[in-house]
Amino acid sequence: MDEKPLYEGSFPVEGGNFDHAGEVSTNIKAILRQIGLSKEVIRKAALVAYESEINIVSYAKRGMIRLRVVPDSILIEAVDEGQGIPDIELAMQPGFSTASQKIREMGFGAGMGLCNIKNFSDVFHISSELGKGTHLKMVIKAKALQ
Amino acid sequence: MDLESVVKALNLKVRSGGDKLKTEIRGGYTGDLLSDVMANSGEGDVWITRQVHQNIVAVASLKEHAGIILVQGNEPANDTLEKAIKGGVPILVTELSAFEVTGRLYELIGKKAD
Repeated sequence: MDEKPLYEGSFPVEGGNFDHAGEVSTNIKAILRQIGLSKEVIRKAALVAYESEINIVSYAKRGMIRLRVVPDSILIEAVDEGQGIPDIELAMQPGFSTASQKIREMGFGAGMGLCNIKNFSDVFHISSELGKGTHLKMVIKAKALQ
Repeated sequence: MDLESVVKALNLKVRSGGDKLKTEIRGGYTGDLLSDVMANSGEGDVWITRQVHQNIVAVASLKEHAGIILVQGNEPANDTLEKAIKGGVPILVTELSAFEVTGRLYELIGKKAD
């Protein structure tokens, strides 16, 4: 990805604060719309950004969502400082969740977030270190962009 | 069919977004799990839920829903209402259950499509 980006930026996300959850994704969606990407691509990117944001809010102390848009793809990265994921394979299983009761009562923590991110991305990469944090890297192809 | 026709037909009470009722409805989605709604609902849908906390506004606006119907007499929390007013997201409330309001909405939209 050496092409000159159409957009590059990063957005801090505060862990544990549900009052502002979704604001970063809303912001990212507006940026993508302004660039003029197709509806389908924006729909995918908004979901990927939202689920990543909610994961940081739900499980990490703090984190960052990075957005990089080049003519043929969108790169979304979510990097957090948190507890990390002990077993990634298990975390990727639909329905598996370590969410607290409080988080579940709000309709989050259904064990769908990471699966959703993977399903809506063209490239998905996850790495995590216990006690340090988690790093998600997603690419969404946007060939329709002119 | 627009949102206003649904409000009238189902006797919904409008709590926010009263100026957005001319929005055309394309369909509906019923669910309380936000990830499910994010993945499976579509633009122009009416979202039927019993969740009342402020995060429903972000979901509805990211998904470009026509509006949210809160079921079983649930009222939006104060911060939910504030965000919905600010974001222009219609929140409608009903005493009906999710099952009943979904069925009636399906019937309404279905009849229109025939």
